Formats: sequence, structure tokens, C-alpha cells
Amino acid sequence: MSSVLEIKGLRAAVAGKEILHGIDLRIASGEVHAVMGPNGAGKSTLSSVVMGKPGYEVLGGTVTLDGADLLSLEPWERAQAGLFLGMQYPTEVGGVGVVDLLMEAARSAGRDPSAVPAAVAAEAERIGLDVKLLLRSLNVDLSGGEKKRNETLQLAVLRPKFAILDEIDSGLDIDALRAVAQRVEAATEEFGLGVLAITHYHRLLEELRPDVVHILARGVIVTSGGPELAEQVEVDGYAAFAATG
Amino acid sequence: MSSPNFAASAALDGPDWFRQFRRAGTEAFAVAASPDTDQEIWRYSRIADLDLDGFGPAGPAVLPVPEGLDTGLTDPAGVAVVENGRVVRCGLSPELAAKGVRFGSAAGMDHAEQYVGQVIGRSEDALAVANDAFGSDPLVLVVPRGVIVERPIVVVDWASAPVAAVFSRLVVRVEAGSSVSVVHLQRSDAERCWLAPVVELSAANDARLAYAVVQDLGRATWQTATVVAEAHQQSSLDVVAAAFGGQYARLRLDLRMLGRGASGNLAALYFADGEQMFDFRTLQDHQAPDCRSDLLFKGVVDDRSHSVYSGMIHVRPDARGTNAFQTNRNIKLSDKAWADSVPNLQIENNDVRCSHASTVGPIDEEQRFYLESRGVPTRRAEQLIVSGFFDDVAARLPADELRARIAAMVGAKLGEQR
Repeated sequence: MSSVLEIKGLRAAVAGKEILHGIDLRIASGEVHAVMGPNGAGKSTLSSVVMGKPGYEVLGGTVTLDGADLLSLEPWERAQAGLFLGMQYPTEVGGVGVVDLLMEAARSAGRDPSAVPAAVAAEAERIGLDVKLLLRSLNVDLSGGEKKRNETLQLAVLRPKFAILDEIDSGLDIDALRAVAQRVEAATEEFGLGVLAITHYHRLLEELRPDVVHILARGVIVTSGGPELAEQVEVDGYAAFAATG
Repeated sequence: MSSPNFAASAALDGPDWFRQFRRAGTEAFAVAASPDTDQEIWRYSRIADLDLDGFGPAGPAVLPVPEGLDTGLTDPAGVAVVENGRVVRCGLSPELAAKGVRFGSAAGMDHAEQYVGQVIGRSEDALAVANDAFGSDPLVLVVPRGVIVERPIVVVDWASAPVAAVFSRLVVRVEAGSSVSVVHLQRSDAERCWLAPVVELSAANDARLAYAVVQDLGRATWQTATVVAEAHQQSSLDVVAAAFGGQYARLRLDLRMLGRGASGNLAALYFADGEQMFDFRTLQDHQAPDCRSDLLFKGVVDDRSHSVYSGMIHVRPDARGTNAFQTNRNIKLSDKAWADSVPNLQIENNDVRCSHASTVGPIDEEQRFYLESRGVPTRRAEQLIVSGFFDDVAARLPADELRARIAAMVGAKLGEQR
């Protein structure tokens, strides 16, 4: 079954300052959309607002999943509706393991939690994460690459309809980058995952091939195009787009 | 202090040495300064609300020990049940008895006077002195040289003494090279009573002593508990306290590093709600060189509850090479809850490493959002965070079953709140 995540005219502020000035995006199941842009363009704000992180104020516009409003929902309700956020800086949570978390997520969503440990073990193997690390507290004492593999593992176990990946390519080495990108790419086929990948750099998109690339600058999408747009950014930088924005 | 009602009927039974011990205690209590919040050790406390004259003598327990309380740990090496400060039952594995381990009421134990009152000495704290004066039946555990006790020894301390004062005492002495873990379960019924237990712990050279106390008292109980521990050369002494019950529950915990190279860990987890107040006073007293002490106290306060952590690291002039650390972290689940955190250092030697840290704050918003973003509802996310918060302290408990019991108690608190 195909789903659609639709963002229309989204305006949002942080600490009273408007950061997003009207964002329009439409992502269908199985599609990969990349949002690229310079620092301060509003990329992380976009991912935070769509997931419902506290501290962001929506000024206007809508976000819907298969037509159902997401903005009025709590973050956990958005997650249960099929949204996932892979974080740029995954938070450390002492004393809570990833299996505890995912079992609780399954239980809360009315799914069988007893299947979770095996699913976590299988995904750890697949993403190349040492099972011993999973016994630790969430994100505590993990390297940058391990944290991003762990985010991706959670995505694969939770099997959301749509994943927003907020700079999943920052702070990890090339092997981890490849493992993460390949796993997400595979998920688009395996369970029709739709992806909104937010990134500075082109290199993520060599493994996670985008259907559409959007350039975000100063809180608006200044242009959208095919994968060639990402290559153009790689050559020319963002300056040209930022100027027109 | 004037002797309140409970003193009059505290009949001086027991062996001669114990009568003398109590007589000296009674004299000391009579001249002891009444607790007062003007004194630093009682600052922030609710001691002004405690009316000693309101309490009578404790007779036999009115209600029996709750079902399962003494059997919660599988295969303990020994179990004692203390009711209203009197040892009513005590058992030890025959194998340990054959090795010379002694466990029982001081009244029936040869040379018990060598142990009772030896670690605590004469306390400056009037309510600990009250135990010297009116305590009736100390429980003593002595592990002789070179005996390793594998399974924990359990002490069930049960109070069912409406409007009465109860003075239990536990004395643990671990001789050179020996090892033991003691689990002390404190419970009381729902009636109003005042408990002033004293625990004396001593680890001789190269000995290892682990003591865990779980305070799950009735909600009308007042407790002013004193634990004094001494660590001799190269010994290891660990104390873990878990506090859940009582109306006002105070724990004064003194760790004395008396022998070179000793190591001590003090840890606590506490969860107050309703109108409860938990009051922790700690002292890491470094008297000998090259010792290490590490304190980690973690608490949660909810509703209109209040916690106090006031701790001191004292490094004496001879204690060169000391490593001493003190960390107190508190989560406030309600705007009306309050946590005081007062770490102190007094350092009289230059060759030391000491640190202290304390935090008080609500549940971390980023952590909650992280768990919520995986589909875990807010309330459940907070429960996971709080349980996880206690995890590193719970890991120090000396038995798996105890960790499970504590986790269930934390869960019950989280279920009760709001």
C-alpha cells in the first residue's frame, strides 16, 4: 500500500524567530528525497518540526500522512502513525538499552514485543554493529559511526512508513556511511520506506540514490530537481542558490 | 534530653555488659543536646515536627511480618527476623556455623560486648544515642578470618508498633580476609511510629563487606537511621541504600577510612512522593593514606515531596594519596517537589584527588523526545528514563533478586504518581 507524506506551506519559528518560510514537499512510499542546503538554511528545523520536537513553533501550513494531520499529534503519536526521525546527535539515555526501547515501542503500538530481540540481533548483524554494544545504555560511549548505525538499526526494526534522516552522514566514517546508506536504500524496496534525507554533502547520495533533490536556503526550497542537482552542488557550492533565495 | 515515655518501660534485661552499656547510654542521652534545625546536621530536616514525648514503649509486633518478606532472596546464607527491635528468629547455614560464623542476638552470644557499640562509639547525634539507651536486643554477625560467605545474609527488620519507638541494632564484623554481603530489609505497618535503628559495620584488613538496605516503611513512619562503617587496611566496604517509604526518613551514613589502601563505595537510590521527606547525611572520613571512597546518590522527588542530600568529604592531615568523590543527582517530577543538594569538602592534606558534583532538574527534554520519537508515549518514556536513571546504582546491589525487587518498587512508584 502506497502512502504519502505531504508538507504544505510549512512555516515555523524557534525562539520567536521565523526559520521556515513556507516549505512544500510531497514524498510517496519508496521514494528518496534529499534536502540539501548550507548551514543555517533551516534543515534541522524542518526535521524537528515535522517530528514535533519541543521548542519549535508552527506558524502556518500543514503536515499530513495519507491525508491525516500530523501537527496536532504528540511526537509518539506521529511515530506510531509511521514517522521516524534519525537524529543528527542521538541523545544518550542512561540505563535504557535499545532492546528495552524497541520492545516498549512495540508494546505501545500494540505489536508483539517478544519478536524484538531477534529482530534487533538480525539488524545488528546486517548493519555491522557489535551486539555487545546493544547491551549498553542508549548512545552512551558509542562512536559517531556506531550511533548512526544504531539509529538505522532502530529504523529497520520499527519499519516506519517515512523516515526523516537529519544529517545521518555527519560524524561517521566512510564504511559506516556506506552501511547506513545501503540499509536505508534497501528499506525503500523491502517495506516501501519513503525517505527525506537531510544532508550537507553529496557523498551520502552516492549510496542512497535520491529520486528528487531539493535545495533549501534561508528557509525556503529554492529549487528541486533530479540527482544531477546534487552533483551540481558538489561542483558549484550553495552560493549560487543562496543568492537567489 | 528529658527521657520520654518509651524510656520508662525499657526494662533493663540482658547480660550485665549490656545493662551497663544501656545505663551509660541513658546517662549520655539525658545530657545530649536536643536535635534542632539550628544545628548543621539537622538543617533542612523536619526534626522540629518529631515529638518524642508522643511515643510509648514498643511491645511485641501487632501485625506479623508480611508474607514473603524474608523469603524474597533465594538461598540466603542466613536469615534473621527482627520485630520491634527484638530478634525473633535467626538461622544460618550449618556449613557457615561450622566455619565459625556467628549470627544472632547479642544477648546469647559470647563476647558480643567486643562488637556492640564499638564502631559507632558515642554518637554526637542524640537520636543515635537514644538507641544506646533504649535498644533492647542487638543482632550481631561475625565472620571469622578467611571465610568467604557466597550468598547474602538477610535481615528483616519489621516494625508494627503503633505510636511507639523502636530501636533495632545490627552489628556486622568481618574479620581479616573474609567476605560477606548483608541485605537489610526495613518495613513497618501503616501506623505512626518512630524508628531509630543503628547499624555498625566493620571490615578488617583485606576483608570485603557489602551492605544493602532497602527502606520500604509504612507511610506514617518516622525513621532516623544511623549507619556507621569502618574500613581497615586494604579492605573493601560497599553500602547501597534504597529508600521508598516512610513519612520522614533520615539516614545518616558515616564511612571511616581507617587503614591504608581501603576502598569504599556509598550509593543510594531514593524516590519520594506525596508529602514524604528523605534526608541523607553522609560523611566520607579519610583518616588513613591511599584510600579511595566514591559516593553516588541518585534521587527522584515527585508531588510535594522533599529530599535532602548533605554530604561531607573530610580528608584528615595524615590521609595523603586520598581519592574521594561525591556525586548527587536528582530528578524533579513535579514543580512542587523539592531537592536540596549540599556537597561539602574539608581537605587537610595537599596530596589528594577529590571532586563533588550535584544536579537537580526535571526529566531531560531531549531524552524524552528521543524515546517518544520511537513511538513510546510520554508517560512511559518518563518511566523508562527514571528507571534507567537508577540503573547504575541498582547494579551495585549484591543480589539479582534484589535488583528485580527494586525495579518493581520503582515501577510501583511511577505507576502511583499523578
